[in-house]
Amino acid sequence: MSLLDIDDRLLKLVELIDFDKSPIDDIKSFSGPVDIGLIEGGCSNEENVHVLQEFRKHCKILISIGDCATMGGIPAMRNNIPLKECLDEAYINGPSVHNPGGLTPNDPDIPLLLNKVFPVHEVVKIDYHLPGCPPPADAIWEALVALLTDKPVTLPYELLKYD
Amino acid sequence: MSKSITFTIDGVEVTAQAGQTILQAADAAGVYIPRLCAKTDLSPFGACRVCTVLADGRPQAACTQPVSEGMVVESEIPKVQQIRRDIIEMLFVEGNHYCMFCEKSGNCELQALAYRFGIVAPKYPYLFPQRELDASHPDIFIDRNRCILCGRCVRASKELDGKNVFQFVGRGPNKKVAVNAEAGLSDTDVAVIDEAIDACPVGAIIKKRTGYRVPIGQRKYDSKPIGSDIETK
Repeated sequence: MSLLDIDDRLLKLVELIDFDKSPIDDIKSFSGPVDIGLIEGGCSNEENVHVLQEFRKHCKILISIGDCATMGGIPAMRNNIPLKECLDEAYINGPSVHNPGGLTPNDPDIPLLLNKVFPVHEVVKIDYHLPGCPPPADAIWEALVALLTDKPVTLPYELLKYD
Repeated sequence: MSKSITFTIDGVEVTAQAGQTILQAADAAGVYIPRLCAKTDLSPFGACRVCTVLADGRPQAACTQPVSEGMVVESEIPKVQQIRRDIIEMLFVEGNHYCMFCEKSGNCELQALAYRFGIVAPKYPYLFPQRELDASHPDIFIDRNRCILCGRCVRASKELDGKNVFQFVGRGPNKKVAVNAEAGLSDTDVAVIDEAIDACPVGAIIKKRTGYRVPIGQRKYDSKPIGSDIETK
């Protein structure tokens, strides 16, 4: 969403780039190799890992965006609680849970949860990180402009924020 | 009057008083050396090692090492900056530092140091340890998830408040700040006006009902890096 916060600069950006797999054009899988991949969110289940590996395979440069991607974020708060306890709280013991069968969902179509939520750079190689919750729109803009104009990606002090 | 001593920091000659530490002499000379556990008015502790410098070629904590005549101190050199950066990164992965909802964010010295060093993500894997909270006191809470074991609260309580509310227990990865009571913080003689509460550089000791009062953009380290007050002296 921070990407949309770059506002009318998005129009300038569209002139310089083509979107491949993205929520903006709703293309679901890569149509070929791309130059820059932006990834948000940590790895919390096997599908996240699969998507991340697809990104790494197809993108020359991979950028992790946001605190969830760079450090796990709020979902990582489950990391020091055993997975079974988390699932029991969500599906069996939670105060607002109505689950007469008392079963935890276990359908093969549901991606398997990982034992922990991992920052993306602990799963694949990441070339650049843009932390923040959310990252400042200007940070995304600065990074993209630097990459498109072959300049080093360096964030000014005001744009490096963890909150 | 104590004896004057001359030494150099990164080749610049600095005059100090005998008995001063490298950090004290550097502060007085307007040279910022990053630090976390060191705080004016508290005794030197040497816990965090973020103030590491090369003193005559050997790594030393600037907050505990006294200056000596002709000493050659190297501070802003790549080797030393890398040591400091690594320590800061290790402090981040060793605890649970969720800046996005922390009351201290923007005023936190650990976060401010990471900003100053331009750290975008630590290179070490996160440990996500299990740590305890103590919200028993009506005005203060302890969140050990954010504690970096700098010992500022321990020293401030003893040296400035004359109370001895906080102390370290355990060793290695089990080391933590404990309070001087059988149960929780509410059973100690701590008060919300104690120096020990304000001494915390991170969000581990927080005054209740004071969070998020300063808007983003006006907090201590939002636009000025930590240490700029010393550098502009």
